[in-house]
Amino acid sequence: MIEGKVWKYGDNVNTDVIFPGKYTYTVTDPAEMASHAMEDLDPEFAMNVKPGDIVVGGANFGCGSSREQAAFCLKAAGVGAVIAKSFARLYFRNCINAGLPAFVQPELVDAVSAGDVIKVDISSGKIIAGSEYPFPEFPEEVKAILESGGLVEWVKSQAG
Amino acid sequence: MPKTFTEKIFSENVGHDVSAGEIVMVSPDVALSHDNTAAIISTFEKMGGKKVNDPTRHVIVLDHCVPAADSKHAANHQKIREWVQEQDIMNFFDTNSGICHQVLPEKGYVKPGSVVLGSDSHTTTHGAFGAFAAGIGRSELACIMVTGKLWLRCPETMRINITGEFPDRVSAKDLALRIIGDIGADGGLYRAVEFCGDAVERMSVGDLMILCNLTAEMGAKNGYAIPNENVIDWLYGRVNNDLKIVESDPDAEFVAEMRFDVSALAPQIASPHAVDNVSGVPEAGNITVHQALLGTCTNGRIEDFHSALEVLGDRKINPNVRTLVFPASKEVYEEGLKDETWLKLSEAGATIMNPGCGPCLGAHEGVLADGEVCISTANRNFKGRMGNPNSFIYLGSPESVMASAVTGKITDPRELT
Repeated sequence: MIEGKVWKYGDNVNTDVIFPGKYTYTVTDPAEMASHAMEDLDPEFAMNVKPGDIVVGGANFGCGSSREQAAFCLKAAGVGAVIAKSFARLYFRNCINAGLPAFVQPELVDAVSAGDVIKVDISSGKIIAGSEYPFPEFPEEVKAILESGGLVEWVKSQAG
Repeated sequence: MPKTFTEKIFSENVGHDVSAGEIVMVSPDVALSHDNTAAIISTFEKMGGKKVNDPTRHVIVLDHCVPAADSKHAANHQKIREWVQEQDIMNFFDTNSGICHQVLPEKGYVKPGSVVLGSDSHTTTHGAFGAFAAGIGRSELACIMVTGKLWLRCPETMRINITGEFPDRVSAKDLALRIIGDIGADGGLYRAVEFCGDAVERMSVGDLMILCNLTAEMGAKNGYAIPNENVIDWLYGRVNNDLKIVESDPDAEFVAEMRFDVSALAPQIASPHAVDNVSGVPEAGNITVHQALLGTCTNGRIEDFHSALEVLGDRKINPNVRTLVFPASKEVYEEGLKDETWLKLSEAGATIMNPGCGPCLGAHEGVLADGEVCISTANRNFKGRMGNPNSFIYLGSPESVMASAVTGKITDPRELT
């Protein structure tokens, strides 16, 4: 069960504001990456985010560059899940590969406000925020990557 | 059950029936990477990789910052050169080769019906040859190096039916920009985009590469067309002859169908700072241009430079417009040497550069100053894309770029008669 406070943002949040391009070749330490998360969108975020908190976005969340750091920095900041009306294709992949659960649930996005505390129950496939909002079960392959903690760990477990 | 092109290729790849929406482990026929191979090697090692799963599958082309702009890029290139030796990766193309998306098909790595995955978002270009081709992340390429496989969701397909004949000085780039303007930067999100119709059946290889290249800017996973005669002729002698043409079944399910008639299309332009901010050229306004860029994986083929020359005629380029010409590959470069394309462009005032990505991604070879405007044949005009967030990028066809280079202002190429 993932439980945390909602950080809510709008449509078309791009990877440049989640993790600025100027850091992509120089910042690689997870804690340092976390300190720049959402830097150009919400300067309060990196300072106040708590483990388990949930980022909620509108349509086409994570559009723009394919940079993986835009997903990895949220994971490093302790974010428990990302929920959006829709995701840019590569951003969704990068979340899974970072071991960060990502869900498409448009009704939930409209129903919650910043600061609400909500729960995500992956095993029963629903988000609990006053009412319950179901989401489709992840396919086995995606589940295995999430459970390993991301693609690097998953590949290691395959070899071992 | 009737299947789309992409469903058929996925099914064949994994050995069982796959439908749109399913996630499966795919083994690519070709795994493409470029200068970012240096970072991928580090992840490969972090994953516990020792020997690459299948070295013959990998093609590595140094193109993004070639020749190296500084010691850091040089060190990356050096790391890659040493590593491909260690790993027995034979398909390595050094900094003199050109852009990966041009080199890959020229050298015969792209076959109809094959699966091409590349750690570059414009890998969609290879759908022009009837392949399934999609961009992936760096860690994902490392995953293929270690395991030989990667998870992919089989996309739903939307079909764009294109009819009619292009008017004079209007070309595939204008069509691609118009489509993006109409459907938006997420208009093809997660989808496969199939191009069909009588105009597509007549298109050149270059036109098809432009359309498929720009499906990345629609948010699509892949774009493709069924190879027409031009494509099959072009592939002859580059790939072996047993071409396996895959087509969607006539009754396959498409999530959307659209029609475009190009007969009445005017030259289009994408204004800063979004690729879907598209209008006719005059509607962009009275804009002074400081730099013009002809080239990139979108428009760096010889026919693009010929189109620019046709607009140029006997004129000279405006001395206030730094006009940079980047052939997409060594092969294109040599074609232009033989037919004097570069001599004509140089005599008009352009600078002929080396094959490669050039300043498209802002690393070198033509970065802009504050307040400057570039009109470019590239595929992205995001803020800061060409290395300076205080500059402005307009995207257009080779014809529009040359017309603007001549007048010094953004100009509809049909005005230069």
